[in-house]
Amino acid sequence: MQAAANNVFRALADPTRRAIFEELTRRGEQTVHALTRYAGVSQPAVSKHLTVLKRAKLVRHRHEGRETHYRAQPDALAPIVDWLDHYGAFWRERFDRLESLLERMEP
Amino acid sequence: MSESGNDSGKDSTRSNPAEGVRTLVIERVFPHPPEKIWRALTEGQLLQEWLMKNDFQPAVGHQFSFRAMPVPGWSGVIECKVLVVDHLRKLSYSWGTLGLDSVVQWTLTPAEGGTHLRMEQSGFGPDREANYKGAKYGWQRFIGNLEHVLDELV
Repeated sequence: MQAAANNVFRALADPTRRAIFEELTRRGEQTVHALTRYAGVSQPAVSKHLTVLKRAKLVRHRHEGRETHYRAQPDALAPIVDWLDHYGAFWRERFDRLESLLERMEP
Repeated sequence: MSESGNDSGKDSTRSNPAEGVRTLVIERVFPHPPEKIWRALTEGQLLQEWLMKNDFQPAVGHQFSFRAMPVPGWSGVIECKVLVVDHLRKLSYSWGTLGLDSVVQWTLTPAEGGTHLRMEQSGFGPDREANYKGAKYGWQRFIGNLEHVLDELV
């Protein structure tokens, strides 16, 4: 799997982060406060999750006054679309290896 | 996860469009009897030679792992559990890595001059994440929604 896909998968492997990301895709830009209310975990926890999402380029933020606003960057999901291709290549290569192993094995 | 394989054109690969990103099927006819292929699929040492290091046992419920070379962002460990062992016919195990649960199913069918081997990987299968830590958002649901998001991107 390519590195970009790894990052995205890893960022979204956590259910709370998926929930936050989904909420942002559904409702558009939101403040950390609003997201904290929604996620039902502490604000530091939400901030941590947002940092991971940001690193995977899944969200962007901007400051406005004292508030930080986050919005989803759905384009960053594109590598996930490729995951099947990667798994497909992986398995085809393994099928080739299986074939050569079968050739070498005793009948 | 691996170097891209050379596409020999021998396989038929397809994904079910209705399933979106969820199912991968690879099929090939090998000029070998099912017994031999079954051994390659179920004997840990042989399995390691073509797939990955493992502690597989052909026993339903057995938990094992495949271990590939770790890369940044991926431990290289795939956590598995044997689901079906139908001697010489069918073998299936769960395949969990990077928080994604899928199921790998092998089906062997006698074919002219050999054996037809079919591998089906259904991604985001039984979603155990929904059952622990009070997590409400499983991959299945997420991917379902994701497909809408992706549709809008195209």
